[in-house]
Amino acid sequence: MTDATRPIAQETRLARLTGKSAVSDFRLIALLVLGTVAANLALAETGFWRSLSFIAIPAGFVVLVVICERIGRHVRPARRAAYEKALAFGFPAAVLALWQIAGDTGMINTTWFPQPSRIAAGLWDMTIRYDKFSQTSLLGRPWLIPQAFSEGGFAGVWTLLSESHVLATVARVFIGFVLGAIPGILLGVVMGVNQTVRLMLDTTLSAIYVLPKIAIFPIVMLIFADPFGEGPKILVVALAVFILMTINTMAGVRGIDNVYLMAGRNYGAHGWQLMRHVILPGAMPVIFAGLRIALGTAMIVIISVEFLRAKQGVGFITFYYWEVLNPEKMYAGLVVVMLLGVLLTYLLQWLQRRLMPWQR
Amino acid sequence: MDAQVSAGQVPKIAARNVSRIYQTVDGDMVAVDDFSLDVTDGEFVCVVGPSGCGKSTFLRMIAGLDTISAGSIQIAPGGVPGKPLNSVVFQEYAIFPWKTVIDNVAFGLEMRGIARKERLETARYWLDRVGLGKFAGYYPHQISGGMKQRVSIVRALANDPEVLLMDEPLGALDAQTRVVLQEELLRIWEETRKTVVYITHSLDEAVLLGDRVILMTAQPGRHLATFDIDLPRPRSIETANTPRFVEHRALIWEKLSQEVKRAMEQNQ
Repeated sequence: MTDATRPIAQETRLARLTGKSAVSDFRLIALLVLGTVAANLALAETGFWRSLSFIAIPAGFVVLVVICERIGRHVRPARRAAYEKALAFGFPAAVLALWQIAGDTGMINTTWFPQPSRIAAGLWDMTIRYDKFSQTSLLGRPWLIPQAFSEGGFAGVWTLLSESHVLATVARVFIGFVLGAIPGILLGVVMGVNQTVRLMLDTTLSAIYVLPKIAIFPIVMLIFADPFGEGPKILVVALAVFILMTINTMAGVRGIDNVYLMAGRNYGAHGWQLMRHVILPGAMPVIFAGLRIALGTAMIVIISVEFLRAKQGVGFITFYYWEVLNPEKMYAGLVVVMLLGVLLTYLLQWLQRRLMPWQR
Repeated sequence: MDAQVSAGQVPKIAARNVSRIYQTVDGDMVAVDDFSLDVTDGEFVCVVGPSGCGKSTFLRMIAGLDTISAGSIQIAPGGVPGKPLNSVVFQEYAIFPWKTVIDNVAFGLEMRGIARKERLETARYWLDRVGLGKFAGYYPHQISGGMKQRVSIVRALANDPEVLLMDEPLGALDAQTRVVLQEELLRIWEETRKTVVYITHSLDEAVLLGDRVILMTAQPGRHLATFDIDLPRPRSIETANTPRFVEHRALIWEKLSQEVKRAMEQNQ
């Protein structure tokens, strides 16, 4: 035996031991692919596919998982990251492609489930269209900003942007979020530090906490002189965020290891110094976990409120296109909500990395 | 009992008839009972006792982190105004995960309002002294347990307190790291000669480091015996192999083992 053959022999022995033979795996994959295609074609030809799709689809998914796992065994460590990315983004892309094909071939009812291409077209149409009747557009037509600026200065730009559905929603979420989070964090710290305040308020807060936040919207509308204005919408978001942030911050402060508080005090930190150097950074991880949850809740609340009572906003436009029976634009509205959620979550993560550099 | 406190000299730490009673649902629990201790300037005193004997409670009372139920504890202030009376090295390190190594070391100085440039200089000096200069910008989660405890020790030293209070500082470390840090502590202490109260449950550590070893009884913590350790300085880990060391340890162990047994029977 020469030196050159030894590692190969070793490899095949290892492969046999662990059952990771490339040849047998690829044979299995080929078999699975052919078998699945054949089974589906047979079902389609005999006309049973549609009635058996509730089995065919999950079975197809299981087969796909098995195939991907078999392929995954032969991915070299250097290519592992690319393989994982391909799985994470490839699968949703495949689902979209399948949806598209199913719609194009008439397998699904495109009146209720328009294909991705039609949703994209709807989204594009919404983006460029200006609705003269309601005087709104999706983004506020940012390509007209230079023109609006030369005609009316900043006021002109403001008028232009104030027609935007996206900006209306973002502004409500952002203002409500800030107005709720700051007092919430402050009260949470007080409740975490002071037992008397905690005992007095905890029961009430826990009771409100389990209440669906949208349920307080009617009460909030009663408070304002103009129940259809921006005030109630912002306040209901603020209240939801406030409750969540109070409870989370309190938990974060109470969770700080007592030894850090002792160390802080022993090294001369008192009052505000103790707050800034020990209590706030100590509670920060839990505060940020709370902010993430609060952001999700704020999105739910604002979209629901816009469904109910609004003349502008992403929730309003989504519901509007349901009312006028334009499903592709309704889906497009949902896509915008999704993109907003992703964008705001990224923003929060960026803030977290900036404020908590000690956590990777 | 406190033979080395010569007449007229004010002890650095004067703890007189100190008691600590916790009020619980099951009635009062006496953690420390009528405990007195005088520590002279520049002395290294080790307090040893079975676990749960209230030695940590006593240290926290000196540090002002726990209330004293009866008796009094006084730390004599030095000549320099604004100098802190005590700094504690905690067993759990207690260095802040949200601060870099150098900011942790400079923490006490920052709280005292010392300018950034000056406090970072001091912190860097101490970090270099324990060989952690390279790690100044690291966060605690990026360094090992032994390094964390070094940071915790130099945080106390950089604060330049009148007395240094150490609460089982090496208790959480593995055996090898522990020996390395014992040597380092010996070296630094012999250079600085700070007044130290050192809580430990390791008899070897107490004999190796201390000028004096105080034994405490278990529940309630009372004074049991005092031993003077006259091993010559500078000491090193080699000192533990000398016959004198072994003699000291055997003598103290005899007394301590009785107490440990008694404490174990009490708990049954």
